[in-house]
Amino acid sequence: MGNEVKQSIRRGTYAILAASTALVLAACGSSASSGDSGGSDSTAGGGESAASGDLSGNLAGAGASSQAKAQEGWVAGFTEANPDVTVTYDPVGSGGGREQFLAGGTLFAGTDSNFNDDELASGTERCAGGEVVELPVYISPIAVVYNLPDAGVEHIQLDADTLAKVFSGAITTWDDAAIAALNPDATLPATKITVVNRSDDSGTTKNFTDYLGQTAPDVWTYEADDAWPIASVQSGDGTSGMIATVGAAVGAIGYADASQAGDLGTVAVQVGEDFVGPDADAAAKGLDASPLTDDATDLRITYKIDRTTTEAGAYPLILVSYLAGCSTYDSASDAANVAAYFTYVTSEEGQARAAEPSVAGSAPISDDLRTKIDAAIAQIKGA
Amino acid sequence: MSTDVRPDPVDAVAPEPLSDHTKHPGRFGNRLFSGISLASGILILATLVAVAAFLLREALPAITSSTQDIADFTRGLSLGQYIAPLVFGTVLAAIIALVIAVPLSIAIALFIAHYAPKRLAGPVAYAIDLLAAIPSVVYGLWGFYWLVPLVGPFFDWVSTTFSFIPLLADYAPPAKNITSAAVVLAVMVLPIVTAVSREVFLQTPRLHIEASLALGATRWEVARMAILPFGRSGVISASMLGLGRALGETMAVLMILAPFAKGSSFFSWHILQSAQHQTIAANIAQQIREAHGLSVSVLIASGLALFAITLVVNMIARWIVSRRAAFSGAN
Repeated sequence: MGNEVKQSIRRGTYAILAASTALVLAACGSSASSGDSGGSDSTAGGGESAASGDLSGNLAGAGASSQAKAQEGWVAGFTEANPDVTVTYDPVGSGGGREQFLAGGTLFAGTDSNFNDDELASGTERCAGGEVVELPVYISPIAVVYNLPDAGVEHIQLDADTLAKVFSGAITTWDDAAIAALNPDATLPATKITVVNRSDDSGTTKNFTDYLGQTAPDVWTYEADDAWPIASVQSGDGTSGMIATVGAAVGAIGYADASQAGDLGTVAVQVGEDFVGPDADAAAKGLDASPLTDDATDLRITYKIDRTTTEAGAYPLILVSYLAGCSTYDSASDAANVAAYFTYVTSEEGQARAAEPSVAGSAPISDDLRTKIDAAIAQIKGA
Repeated sequence: MSTDVRPDPVDAVAPEPLSDHTKHPGRFGNRLFSGISLASGILILATLVAVAAFLLREALPAITSSTQDIADFTRGLSLGQYIAPLVFGTVLAAIIALVIAVPLSIAIALFIAHYAPKRLAGPVAYAIDLLAAIPSVVYGLWGFYWLVPLVGPFFDWVSTTFSFIPLLADYAPPAKNITSAAVVLAVMVLPIVTAVSREVFLQTPRLHIEASLALGATRWEVARMAILPFGRSGVISASMLGLGRALGETMAVLMILAPFAKGSSFFSWHILQSAQHQTIAANIAQQIREAHGLSVSVLIASGLALFAITLVVNMIARWIVSRRAAFSGAN
């Protein structure tokens, strides 16, 4: 028996050895290939014509995971029209995306937050003396989701103060007088409210906490942040974890991309005198009702989302994600590829593709915004 | 109990042909094989050293930088304050898992080794071993979609009934707490602990068992007085191996446990309350997605802490095994 055991242990050792060797080889392989893709981008397809339709080369991007699903749709759609261009998008996160882009590792970035002054300064170097281009291409309404199967209404209606009190833990049951006063038609049980937050760092959390902070500054005194700012009661990992957690307990409330809400109820938030639910048109209106940031230019169309807007039918609880590129690229073919890709992404076709529920379920940008974006894309040139 | 009963396996082999072998290394194949084994052994060690060196090198920026530099990521906590609650959560989850798994494993191992009829023992042992082959992400899915809803009402009842005990207080559905995670961890370490315990129990000298029976001992008394004392060190080392597995488990914990909000410094004994704990491995997997620069270094520093803990646990296990080398199935 002892010998048998020893033998089986020996066999195990060889298996481990083989596995670890394979791992080492795989690690070497992957690091080598990622290095390649970074280096070859700037040189690939150097002599190609810049006319659209016969573009070619590699177009690597990285950045925000919020727009990753939309990017998958855009990459597929763009590749259908331009089979010789290899577009990739690596959802490493906004910060990592900007970092890689500024270091020259990628040709474009996706980011939820705008480039700061330091990053813009190093952008001049990255962009061969040109400027960083930032375009809002992805608008996603964030829904406040809840699990109350017998509420009997399409949306529970909440004003900003009540919503903030629910999420800060000041209101603890669904039949609280403040909720009941706003929802005369709903059946509100005495169930305890379980607040669910995202346990990973997320632009969704940042936009949601920004909304609470701007609209209910007396109740929600915390700064907008990627991570949940107060003690957590219950949490879920990623959008799917959030939805599953809210779905697992009656009385739970959370926040997630509206397209992922599924069977859960969604809150209509108060805008002016009305209550607005998280649908696509209302979300696009929410962005249009917001002012540009102070440092916005023709090339950097960056918004400061006005969560307190009273514009009728606008839904201000939105996440906006940007595409970032250069106004000037060293290689003319890179510039042509980037311009063509950005044009496709912001076209009606591209926006409709991302808006499909099976892709990202985002809200298409308005025609006004598209006009501004097209003017910015027209300035993307080779050095 | 004595070791004399069992013949030493080395002595059992005739020494003459062995020494012949060493004098005449023999043909090419012989040398080739010894070369391969030597290289393999060195490679394993080199891999371990490389991992340790990598962790140290990558963690160094976080270790040497000030609290202000990492404050954006840790929410104002120092590196130690950031890692300590994670270490606490990691160890707590693993210990709860062992408290559940070890008694169960001993019972299963006893059953397979000494109680079950031969025809049943084989399939049962095989089924237990199969549990080890299930990927942890599947355990995570199983835990979240099946176990969490199942244990929820039970936890609710326990928490309400015994709410005066702080350990069990403040349950809030769904059951994404450290106990649920530990139950899944327990299922995952069960095959390891069972397999090693079984091998040790099977090595109980026949004479010990027969002597006990001859003295009129019942089966339970045989297990208690002959088999368990004989296998004690083996069971301990088996538990340590299981502990190592539980400490490093990532996906299942990530999918089941609702962790505390980043920047909390919790050392909570409320094992039924959600959002009170987090483990190192799950935290790395979750936070690395959006991390860059120094934050990656902070996470790797926490990985270094986990590496140190598992190293210590495994060394203790090896030490216990080596004290009783002849009887353990793990050497």
